[in-house]
Amino acid sequence: MSFGEAVRRAHRAGRLVVQPRMGMADPARMRAALVATKAANAHSAGTITLDSYTRIGDWEAARRAVHEGLDLNGYPIVTHGAETLRLMLAGVADPDFPVQVRHGSAQPSRIVETMCRGGLYATEGGPVSYCLPYGRTRLDAALPDWMRACRTLAASQESGARPHLETFGGCLMGQLCPPGLLVAISVLEALFFRSMGLRSLSVSYAQQTSPEQDREAIGALRRLCGELLPDVDWHVVVYAYMGVYPRTASGARELLAAATRLAVDTGSERLIVKTVAEAYRIPTIAENVDALEMAASVAEDHTARGGPMPVGVRPDQDSEVYGEASALIDAVLNLGPHPGRALVAAVKRGLLDIPYCLHPDNAGRARSYIGADGRLRWSDVGAMPLPRPVGVGRAALTAAGLVAALSHVQRAFDAPVLQGARSSRPTIEQASQGAGGGGGAGSSSSG
Amino acid sequence: MRSASPGGRVPRTATGVASPTIVVSSLKSDAHTWNLVFLQLLIEEAGFEVVNLGPCVPTDLLVSASLELLPRAIVLSSVNGHGYHDALPAIAALRARPALAGTPVIIGGKLGVGAEDRSALAEHLLASGFDAVYDDTQETGGFRELLAAMTAPPS
Repeated sequence: MSFGEAVRRAHRAGRLVVQPRMGMADPARMRAALVATKAANAHSAGTITLDSYTRIGDWEAARRAVHEGLDLNGYPIVTHGAETLRLMLAGVADPDFPVQVRHGSAQPSRIVETMCRGGLYATEGGPVSYCLPYGRTRLDAALPDWMRACRTLAASQESGARPHLETFGGCLMGQLCPPGLLVAISVLEALFFRSMGLRSLSVSYAQQTSPEQDREAIGALRRLCGELLPDVDWHVVVYAYMGVYPRTASGARELLAAATRLAVDTGSERLIVKTVAEAYRIPTIAENVDALEMAASVAEDHTARGGPMPVGVRPDQDSEVYGEASALIDAVLNLGPHPGRALVAAVKRGLLDIPYCLHPDNAGRARSYIGADGRLRWSDVGAMPLPRPVGVGRAALTAAGLVAALSHVQRAFDAPVLQGARSSRPTIEQASQGAGGGGGAGSSSSG
Repeated sequence: MRSASPGGRVPRTATGVASPTIVVSSLKSDAHTWNLVFLQLLIEEAGFEVVNLGPCVPTDLLVSASLELLPRAIVLSSVNGHGYHDALPAIAALRARPALAGTPVIIGGKLGVGAEDRSALAEHLLASGFDAVYDDTQETGGFRELLAAMTAPPS
């Protein structure tokens, strides 16, 4: 079974692969979730999202939770072990229904060993994207463990497996990160995976605040992958918005529909969906199936409508996002021949600086804002090799200002329904809902 | 807005007088950040310095940073559904240190995975040593009032 080949086959057949985020503590329930995903009226891929204890390597807490039957926010893959994984997937995973492990871990080698022993070879993340936003693990500790994990995956090729690894760099922080930096880190993490011997990759990009800018970003991502990954089988995976999600069902559906159209318009091969429950809680299996089927139907209609590729997507066109991303990539690759070590060095020097990220290795000088045209822009580029913003004062950010920015998309998509009836006072929930949640793991808003 | 590493010096204002410091922290398994950025800004606006320990903070680090800083309060935030389970060992470890036995410790967020009785969770957290528990659906008014009450000089 090859994740990359399954996605490529679907794309050749004109189908967008749609994929949920789902993880259940209990193997029987996890299997039921995969069976329901497979049975959905959509060209779907399956997901095993891991729980937060497994993500941080707290094996004792995971073991205790399983032993005491506590509810977890994902599947504790290491605690259940490789044999349980193999049994759980038997008769579910097949060449047309590939399954991916989503773990959110800064140090994933034990998770990767377990999945490979259980016969599963597709996962995602990255040494920067699964480290900086989600905890305090130093990059100097994350990189060697990611290298171990990559070697384990690459070694599986000797026994005939076709491992697949997806970058999470295009989803950093979920929101408020300008696309030039997202695209750059997605490509740089793919270059790191390639340098570790992996040849089937996907590069992520999460829907942001401006459809036009998003199309440019994916156009830039495709062009840079074409230039820098000539010997790799790669595809693009688009994530439905990962920030504060609309509360109304119609707002949530329209946001997912917009993400689906973005994926189709940009020739993207795969889409990670969000559900109508996103603003409130971890979605149910049925809510995930609904989202998969809705996205599949929107994709089919939109593909049938056809039309020329929108401006900014064609790989021969320059764009602002392409300019920023290629400047960042060049600066990082100039630091040395090993893309992983260059990435770590670049973060420490502030050549890559993720706005609002609290990690001790992040420079923390860069700041972003949503422009009047809806595009994400820099108010401060810190030490990154990017043009200094002009005409933008770096006024002190207030809590209310942050909530307004974080809930920009939520308001835009809920407004037609609520017609301005909602309270304008910020709630902790609005801020807390913003993504960041460990690429996969668990909470309703996580990657 | 700034974040500080534990072990750094206690933040001071421009006049050189130490502002009252509040520690903001996630719990050990929670990787979310925006809630912490928001709380930092909110608390700074109320006149405090904030030392933000960030996401996925091990209990040992929470305790050592708090012992070093002896903050006016400790504000914990968790939104991944494990908050209730992770908060109990954290509060026990904080309260086990005499220097922190009387420090106000406040928790808020999405503390369970959804199926639990919310008021029972809150009561148990209060009984375990927290001074205030905020549900994620509440507006920030109550928390702001609590902060305002804490800006008074310590007695």
